[in-house]
Amino acid sequence: MSSTLIHVARLHYTYDLNTDAPIEALRGIDLQIKRGEYLAIVGHNGSGKSTLAKCLNGLLLPTPDQVGGDVWVEGRNTAQPEALLDIRATVGMVFQNADNQIIASVVEEEVAFGPENLGVPREELRQRVDQALRDTGLWELRERNPRTLSAGQKARLAIASILAMRPACLVLDESTAMLDPLSRREILALVRQLHEGRQVLPHYMINEQQNLSSGLTIVMITHHMDEVLGADRVLVLEQGRIVLEGTPREVFAQPERLKALGLALPPAAAIAWRLRQCGAPLQENILTSEELIQAVTASVGVRP
Amino acid sequence: MSEEIVSVQGLHHTYLPGTPLATIALRGTDLLVRRGEIAALIGPSGAGKSTLVHFLNGLLRPGARGQVIVFGQDTGAPECDLAALRQRVGLVFQYPHQQLFERYVGDDVAYGPRQLGLAREEVRERVRWAMDVAGLDFESFVDRHTFSLSGGEMRRAALAGVLAMRPELLVLDEATTGLDPRGRSEVHALLHHLREEAGMTILIVSNDMDEVAEQADQVTVLHEGRTALAGEVHKVFAQRELLHRYGVVCPVAADIIYDLGERGLPVASGAITVAEAGEAIWQAMMP
Repeated sequence: MSSTLIHVARLHYTYDLNTDAPIEALRGIDLQIKRGEYLAIVGHNGSGKSTLAKCLNGLLLPTPDQVGGDVWVEGRNTAQPEALLDIRATVGMVFQNADNQIIASVVEEEVAFGPENLGVPREELRQRVDQALRDTGLWELRERNPRTLSAGQKARLAIASILAMRPACLVLDESTAMLDPLSRREILALVRQLHEGRQVLPHYMINEQQNLSSGLTIVMITHHMDEVLGADRVLVLEQGRIVLEGTPREVFAQPERLKALGLALPPAAAIAWRLRQCGAPLQENILTSEELIQAVTASVGVRP
Repeated sequence: MSEEIVSVQGLHHTYLPGTPLATIALRGTDLLVRRGEIAALIGPSGAGKSTLVHFLNGLLRPGARGQVIVFGQDTGAPECDLAALRQRVGLVFQYPHQQLFERYVGDDVAYGPRQLGLAREEVRERVRWAMDVAGLDFESFVDRHTFSLSGGEMRRAALAGVLAMRPELLVLDEATTGLDPRGRSEVHALLHHLREEAGMTILIVSNDMDEVAEQADQVTVLHEGRTALAGEVHKVFAQRELLHRYGVVCPVAADIIYDLGERGLPVASGAITVAEAGEAIWQAMMP
C-alpha cells in the first residue's frame, strides 16, 4: 500500500467562476498527506483553509478547466463521481459547529447514519456504532437526544459519526473553535488518541484498508496556535498558496514571518521570546509551557 | 465608584417551562457592569452566558424570580421602554449570520439607524463610521453581497450594524471566535478605541482566557446558571483551584507563573498576561 493517502496536485479553486467577480480561493496547491500523518493547517481568515479541506473529500471539486488540478484519495480522483462515496468514507470531515452536522434525535442513531448509508450489514453496523461510541466516551449517553448534550459532547458525537464509517483520515475544520477550554482539551486529547491508535487500534486492525502500524491520519485546521504544537507538519496558507511549511518548531522559529502572515506565537513561546529580548539565556526553540518552565528553572539553577 | 449601568440580581430562567423539554438555564445569577469598564463573562458551555446576555436589552425579560436593571430601567416592569433600551444596549451575537438579513452590506449596517428615522446624510455618515471602525472599508464593502462575505467579514458586518446605533453598552458574545490572530487583535484594539473615543462600556462573553486576561478589567464567572465568582481579573484568576472546580481554566501565562512557583522559583505571583509573566520571570531570573 502506498504511503501517500491524499495527493493534491496544482489545485485551483475559484468561487463565483462565471460571475464578474470570481474569487480565487486556491491558487496552485501541491500537497501529499502521508498515511498516519498529523498535519495542521493555519492561515488567516480567507486564506483558503476551509476550501482546501472541502477539496480533500470531494465536497468541492477543482475548478473545471485545464488549470484546476487534481485531488487523489488512495489513488482515486475526486473528479470521478463513482469514486466519491468511497472517498467520503475514507476522508471524514468535522466542522466548526457540530449542531450543523447532527441530524438524528438519538445519539446512537446519529452514529449509525453514515455506515447505514454505506450499506454496512446490520451486525457489523451494530459493532461499528458501539465501537465508535466507546472510542469517543459516549457509550453511556447513547440513548440521549443530541440536543441535550453539552458542546463538547456534541463535538465528540460528530467525531463518532465519522469514525463509524471507518475513515482513514479525519479532517477537523476549526472543530474546537466554539468550545470552552476544558472541552477543547478533551477533544484534542481524543484526536491525539485516535491518531496514535490507542484503544482504537484493535478494531481498526480488522479493517484491511488501514495501515496497521498507526492510527488515523489527522488534518487539523485551526486558529489556536497551541493546537498546532502536536502536529508532525504545519502548513501556512496565504491567498490560496502554501507559503510556509515545516515542523511546528521550524515554523514557530520565525516569529516575524508569522506576524507578517497574520499569525501569532503560542503564549509560552511569546513569553520566551520576550525574555530573550530582555537578554535571558534561554534557547530559541521553546514552544510549550513545560519547555519554558524547564528552561527557566534550569537557567537559574532551581532544583525541583 | 462609577455608575452601575447593569445590575442583575438573583435571576432565574427556564426555557420552555412546563414542557418535557424544559431546561433550566439560570438559577440565581448576579451581574454588575459599571460605566467605562471592559467586563468579561466566562464559564463552561451551558453555564448560561448567552442566556444572561439576552436579558441585557430585553430580548428576554425576568419573570417572578430575579431583577434586571439596565440604565436604571427595570426590564421586568411592564412600563419599561424596550425600544429606548435597545438603542442604548447593542448586542452582537455568537453566530453573526443570524443577525445579517439585508442583501447588501451597506443596507444591513444602515438598517438600525434608518429605524431611528434619521436623515439620509446622518444615516450614511453613521454607516461609514461604523464600517470603518469595524474594519470593513466603506467603499469596497458597502455594495458587497452580505452572504458572499467570509466568516470573519460577517462578524465585522454584524458588529458594524450594532455600532451604527451608537450604543452606550456594547455586548459581544464570542466576538473573536473563528477570527485569526490578526483579526482578534484588531477587534481587541477596537474595544479599547470604542471605550476611549466613543465612551462605550463593553461586556464580552469569551471562552478564551488569554483574551479575557489581556483585555478585560472585571470578570464574572458563571457555573450552572449561578454566579460563582466575580471581581477584578487578577483577583479572579488568582483562585486557580476554585476556578477548576467551576470548569474554568486560567490563562496560560498565569498557569506558567503558578507552576514556576511550585517548582521553587521565587517569582512574584499575580501575573496573568504574557507581558506581566515575562516581567515577573525576568525579575526572578536576574541575579
